[in-house]
Amino acid sequence: MARIIVVTSGKGGVGKTTTSAAVATGLAMAGHKTAVIDFDVGLRNLDLIMGCERRVVYDFVNVISGEANLNQALIKDKRVDNLCILPASQTRDKDALTQEGVERVLEELSQDFEYIICDSPAGIERGAMLAAYFADEAIVVANPEVSSVRDSDRVLGILASKTRRAERGDEPVRERLLLARYSPQRVERGEMLSVEDVQEILAVELLGVIPESKAVLQASNAGVPVIMEDSTDAGQAYQDAVARFLGEERPHRFLVEKKGFLGRLFGS
Amino acid sequence: MNFMRYFTSQKKGSAKVAKERLQIIVAHERTQRDGPEYLPMLREELLEVVRKYVQVDQEAIRMELEREGDYEVLELNIMLPESPARHQARAR
Repeated sequence: MARIIVVTSGKGGVGKTTTSAAVATGLAMAGHKTAVIDFDVGLRNLDLIMGCERRVVYDFVNVISGEANLNQALIKDKRVDNLCILPASQTRDKDALTQEGVERVLEELSQDFEYIICDSPAGIERGAMLAAYFADEAIVVANPEVSSVRDSDRVLGILASKTRRAERGDEPVRERLLLARYSPQRVERGEMLSVEDVQEILAVELLGVIPESKAVLQASNAGVPVIMEDSTDAGQAYQDAVARFLGEERPHRFLVEKKGFLGRLFGS
Repeated sequence: MNFMRYFTSQKKGSAKVAKERLQIIVAHERTQRDGPEYLPMLREELLEVVRKYVQVDQEAIRMELEREGDYEVLELNIMLPESPARHQARAR
């Protein structure tokens, strides 16, 4: 049986798709057969972030409605072995997803893959609820900013009550926080919530902190998951997060301001 | 008025303010979410009872449900208005 992981946040634009692409790629690079599904029906973007937008023929909704089989819709990643992408439909609306349909696709994927990453749409409507419903684990992506943290708490509440695990009374969904767009300089100046602040409010295990980084936009421009950019801060932070996800203990880098030469001479 | 001080102090405090605001709203929303369904009704009825004696507004009653180990604590806070109203209430 595969582990089903939802990447969710409530608020839009905080880095769900960037994280889904990075985590899926990282797990595959570590040798685990991984599939990543875009649940954002009508507004698909995972294909662009993964750089496979020209290869989409069939999508998630086609598979659910029986117009295509899973193998026709799955896109095999060209750079990384063990990695497949199931794109969302661009032409249908979110009502095209049904609980039975999603369950059927997940079950079929479970036979071939070790990890299934569900890239949730923003909000708490149908697509987001279905992306979370079958999850074994959740990566809650937040930014150190009031509306994102509040929405994350709301999503944590949903994971604790509206998932299959909650309904069946099974062991709860394992929830972990990924704090993205973190700026140590601004935290130091008291302008931004610190990782400790956010953890204190949300009371959830920390998977990683991704620094605010130019590399994220550059990677998305090129259609390369940022985790593959080994030399960048965000890439390394995602690599650490995936290693932690797989049970390794790694210290959190990128939590303090990197001081330049002058900063080291004159900084406090 | 020192404008510079106004700007710098606001800058320094903004993360702190964010944290305080979040702690309050998140605690409030969790109470509503996790609490028993009768909680809002209980709150309304308590408000009515209190209003028989003291004129308080909607915001004057705060209810927090906290879990401590095996039991739950319902914390009820009623903010009474400044003294004139209180004297009136006593007089009745």
